[in-house]
Amino acid sequence: MEIIGQIFLLMGSFSLMTAAIGLLRMPDVYNRVQTGTKASTLGAIMSFIGLALMAYESWGEINWVGRFAVLVVFIILTNPVSSHVLMRAAYAMKIPLSKLTTVDKLREDINNKVLEEPKDE
Amino acid sequence: MKIKNIFVSFLVIMIGWMLLTWSLDVSSVLIGTGISLALSVVLCGSCNLFSEINLTPKAFAYFFWYIIVFLIELVKANIDVTRRVLSPSMPINPGIVKVQTTLKSKMARLILANSITLTPGTFTIEITDDALYIHWIDVEAEDVKGATNAIVRKFEKLLEVMYG
Repeated sequence: MEIIGQIFLLMGSFSLMTAAIGLLRMPDVYNRVQTGTKASTLGAIMSFIGLALMAYESWGEINWVGRFAVLVVFIILTNPVSSHVLMRAAYAMKIPLSKLTTVDKLREDINNKVLEEPKDE
Repeated sequence: MKIKNIFVSFLVIMIGWMLLTWSLDVSSVLIGTGISLALSVVLCGSCNLFSEINLTPKAFAYFFWYIIVFLIELVKANIDVTRRVLSPSMPINPGIVKVQTTLKSKMARLILANSITLTPGTFTIEITDDALYIHWIDVEAEDVKGATNAIVRKFEKLLEVMYG
């Protein structure tokens, strides 16, 4: 149990490291937020699973498994929302997309008056 | 509809309580039931957070199936991100595409948007009535129909059963 937990922790740390490298390597804000969100969500979840497995037998009389389960649910619910707000704010502030970008339907629809400009609130 | 709201929020709070205390003592379960009932009546007597959910056995089965699909997609997303980040040439082809959803319920749209954010290479930027604008790290289809089939379809058919 202990060893499986440590393997999960290692995989989680690797995922978090990927998030960090992604933040450095990606060309613009939007791609950076993408890599950051996905990799850090799974990294945190994996770390919690690993800790829960390690804590299952050894960490005294309090049982931590349920608490980690609640934490995982909260991370899955809140992490995408906060990143979405970051991304939307970046778009509302008109931070340019990278040169690699092929298509921008959102800008097209704003220009065609299908949609209002996102407000920078 | 008020009863359904209170019932679902009671279930959610109760499961949270059971996970946090992690005991099946009669006293602990009774206290949890009382607190959950009070909280759900006070907090969710007037909200309509869960009023559009379907409470049928099929919907429950689809809920668990949805969680499995979602976790598989999350792991796939991470393998995808790792491959893109660590390969020296960085194979990305980003763009913002528009997709259409047929879901009516607000809660279902919220879950759909969150799921899209956590699945391979896609990220919800903006959502209007039935259109979602999605930043896609590797654009495979620029038109609305192709993008909808590639991104939304697999979640939508499950959510349609859960939220009628």
